[in-house]
Amino acid sequence: MTNHWIDIGNSDCILISGSNAAENHPISFKYVVKAMRKGAKLISVDPRFTRTSSKADIFAPMRSGTDIALLGGMIKYILDNKLYNKKYVSAYTNAPFIVGKKFSFKNGLFSGYNRKARKYDKSTWAFAMDKKGVPKMDRGLKDPRCVFQLLKKHYSRYNTKLVSQITGTSEADLKKVYKAYTATGKTGKAGTIMYAMGWTQHTVGTQNIRTMAMIQLLLGNIGVAGGGVNALRGESNVQGSTDHCLLWHIWPGYLKTPRASNVSLAAYNKKWTPKSKDPISANWWQNYPKYSVSMLKSFFGDNATKAKAFGYNWLPKVDDGKAYSWLDLFDEMYKGTVKGFFAWGQNPACSGANAGKNRQAMKNLDWMVNVNIFDNETGSFWHGPGMNPSTIKTEVFMLPCCVSFEKEGSVTNSGRWSQWRYQGPKPLGNTKADGDIMMELGFKLKELYKKSGVFPEPIMNLKWDYMTNGMYDSHKVAKEINGYFLKNVDFPKKKKSFKKGQLVPSFAYLKADGSTSSGNWLYCNSYTEKGNMAARRGQEDAVNKIGLYPKFSWCWPVNRRIIYNRASVDLKGRPWDKKDWVVKWTGKKWIGDVPDGGWPPLGSLEKPNPKSKWAFIMRKHGHAQIFGPGRADGPFPEHYEPLECPIEKNFMSKERMNPTAAVYATDADAYLTCDPRYPLVGTTYRVVEHWQTGAMTRPQPWLLEMQPQVFVEMSEKLAKLKGIKNGERVLATSARGSLECTAIVTKRFKPFKIGKNVVHQVGFPWCFGWRWPETGKEESANLLTPAVGDPNTRIPETKAFMCNVSKL
Amino acid sequence: MKITRREFVQISGATAAGLAVSGLGFDLWPVKSHAQMLKLKTKYAKETLTICPYCAVGCGAIVHTSKKGDGRVINIEGDPDHVISRGSLCAKGAGLSGLSENENRLLEPMYRAPYAKEWKTVSWDWALTEVAKRVKKTRDATFTKKNKKGQVVNRTTDIVSVGSAALDNEECWIYQALMRALGLVYIEHQARI
Repeated sequence: MTNHWIDIGNSDCILISGSNAAENHPISFKYVVKAMRKGAKLISVDPRFTRTSSKADIFAPMRSGTDIALLGGMIKYILDNKLYNKKYVSAYTNAPFIVGKKFSFKNGLFSGYNRKARKYDKSTWAFAMDKKGVPKMDRGLKDPRCVFQLLKKHYSRYNTKLVSQITGTSEADLKKVYKAYTATGKTGKAGTIMYAMGWTQHTVGTQNIRTMAMIQLLLGNIGVAGGGVNALRGESNVQGSTDHCLLWHIWPGYLKTPRASNVSLAAYNKKWTPKSKDPISANWWQNYPKYSVSMLKSFFGDNATKAKAFGYNWLPKVDDGKAYSWLDLFDEMYKGTVKGFFAWGQNPACSGANAGKNRQAMKNLDWMVNVNIFDNETGSFWHGPGMNPSTIKTEVFMLPCCVSFEKEGSVTNSGRWSQWRYQGPKPLGNTKADGDIMMELGFKLKELYKKSGVFPEPIMNLKWDYMTNGMYDSHKVAKEINGYFLKNVDFPKKKKSFKKGQLVPSFAYLKADGSTSSGNWLYCNSYTEKGNMAARRGQEDAVNKIGLYPKFSWCWPVNRRIIYNRASVDLKGRPWDKKDWVVKWTGKKWIGDVPDGGWPPLGSLEKPNPKSKWAFIMRKHGHAQIFGPGRADGPFPEHYEPLECPIEKNFMSKERMNPTAAVYATDADAYLTCDPRYPLVGTTYRVVEHWQTGAMTRPQPWLLEMQPQVFVEMSEKLAKLKGIKNGERVLATSARGSLECTAIVTKRFKPFKIGKNVVHQVGFPWCFGWRWPETGKEESANLLTPAVGDPNTRIPETKAFMCNVSKL
Repeated sequence: MKITRREFVQISGATAAGLAVSGLGFDLWPVKSHAQMLKLKTKYAKETLTICPYCAVGCGAIVHTSKKGDGRVINIEGDPDHVISRGSLCAKGAGLSGLSENENRLLEPMYRAPYAKEWKTVSWDWALTEVAKRVKKTRDATFTKKNKKGQVVNRTTDIVSVGSAALDNEECWIYQALMRALGLVYIEHQARI
């Protein structure tokens, strides 16, 4: 989230789409209701009438997988009716930038497309530069090649009639949504978006979110209280685990995983450190080498000497242009190239798209380590449905970890707040904290490699001193993540000096010469000489009284509760919203939230204060990107149908599906579109009583009693057509698998009119699996979903696929 | 005196009789009876703060652990002083003690041998020693120092890892450090799906 949970209460209009917050993030609704009591409007866009929809002022049903069409229509509505905040758009976004002459968009394709490689040559999307190397701009937004004019042209096609044909949403509903939401373009008003996996799990997931981010920029809703782009993250620490980068493509703090072509630390830092020729661009990532070197110092401690490039060469490199994502990982495992597998606190036998493929893949392993609180479908895959243990060679180590309140440490919530948790009871029975299991495994490996082994350096040199009295000590790691001064260091300009061994107060003090460590620069400031910031419990609000609570826990970066807040003010530093302001320039300093840098306001666009910086400090050119030339599938979002869809032709262009989507080709990867055997649009979701695959909730009798069975929801019309009665068991099928489930015949789904056809949609909760309940009959809905991914993130398209339902 | 909601609950518990018919304009009975329970809890139980382990709203909860007997959880409830949740919890959070005090929990490391039909209970030392041996064997047999282009890559693609967003921040950090030190590149977790 750019903003945070409490801040939702400051909004004037809340759009909930791609999420059912009332059900899956129930306590967030405290703030939705708070905003509504002050007059805010709530809009729910969803294929199904959900618990969220039941509280909404406007409910607009929409076929799964058509969000870009719906939101693209909103962009057109904003531009046609001049509802954008022109000052904001002109000053803070790249709308004025001139795009180079090579850029074009024709027949559903952007310039530079290579059909054989299914990739774009993105150099054709580059901005035109002036002699100094700064993007050319027209702050008046009139140049026909400026982003703003290209945007107008691109979305001129998204008229409500066409959008309605694609989405199945009535034109009247579309207009209601557009009118209510775009009213927040007015200065002083703020609209917010609450989205979740309903937007990400598509072959166009990244562009779904970008479309909304563009709307937020046009309306001046980023950086302000009650605004922002807010992902409702689904796991207690999925924000923290992302920040610390348990992901193939990034190192802690969103540094890049080195590519094979980054042959040295110098080459690596050079490649990934952006350079701006614009003196008014903060270009914050120019500090990259300070963060990468400090991180290496945390990895390898004293062994990370300058002569050894701080240990850079000890860490693995990935091949340029190759993905090592979840889908690729299981694809490789299915093909038999993977021998060892750690499934640590995760249940891919149920959580992965095309779960049947994952389960088959596990048969090819030599060994698996499964760490969890309960037995689950992953660790026990070898005696699951359709498996014959006597033919499965995989060795499995099932290691029992304790629950979160039997150990101590921090988790980072969706609003980026890192919060400390304490130990209540000791770990039950012979369970252990995950941290203890990791530490002990590390020691065992070090012991083995002490004797002999291939390339032992990274293992032997790994700093591994996070124990106290023989037990894992989360405080020691938290301090390492924050970082230390490793020598006495002076900062004459800042008039500060620090001693060796002191904790670094913030990332502004990190250095690239090996004199500081920091496991994750974003968390530098979280555990300082003042103490453990995440454990703070201060109840006072900040001066602006908008619910920032700056002394309660700690949030990254540097306790800034609303990011991009330099955009919450005009050029003079005066808040757009006089009442719910975020930061304010007093003439000498900023007050309110921690500002996005302490530089003074710009003053004017013609002659900006040379001491100032453009608002979006993380961007190379300092401006938010309405035109996004870094994306794999185009600088503007374009509607494409899901890989599996109910219509043969995309109403928008000749390209039916995302021409760059990641597809896989094993015999387990069947995809069928417009196939009469699978005429129904399917989607998946969750229920409040279960969490994710249910691995932690299905073994709990109270929760299982409340939600005991996997079900399929369908409209009354569809049930009648199929002769299915409410409550009876039915069989759901897709090109990949089948699922026995209980039919829920409901008014919550209604058939969609797509073009001239009637299209039915059904939905399944994905919180089940055969291991619990012990009947073994409640299976994972991901047996039906396709393993096909967004080209930017490779997040699978589990929210829109084709299926069928029939009587058993 | 400015008091937080939770302190208020505690004070009202201590002076329950006097407050029971006070003129505050709302019924204090539910608060009072709850407060007396809390008082009993703090006498017999240790109070610790936690954050709900389910979704990422990050609601606060108070864990009461018995000071006597088995030292187990006797109650978990919403934390009224948590500035986001203000004491509220959803169905899962409200039932949080059902997670820890649960007879279905795994309590011992287990091992399934190739082609075996059953689990075997094993010791931690044996399990971790054997895991370390497997890691070393696979890693050493498959370690790639250079890729096809001849570039130095120092990695293994034959060991892969998924998980976990359920880990604490500190555990995430040491886990990724260990996996990367081993040379893994297939490192993924819930954020990808």
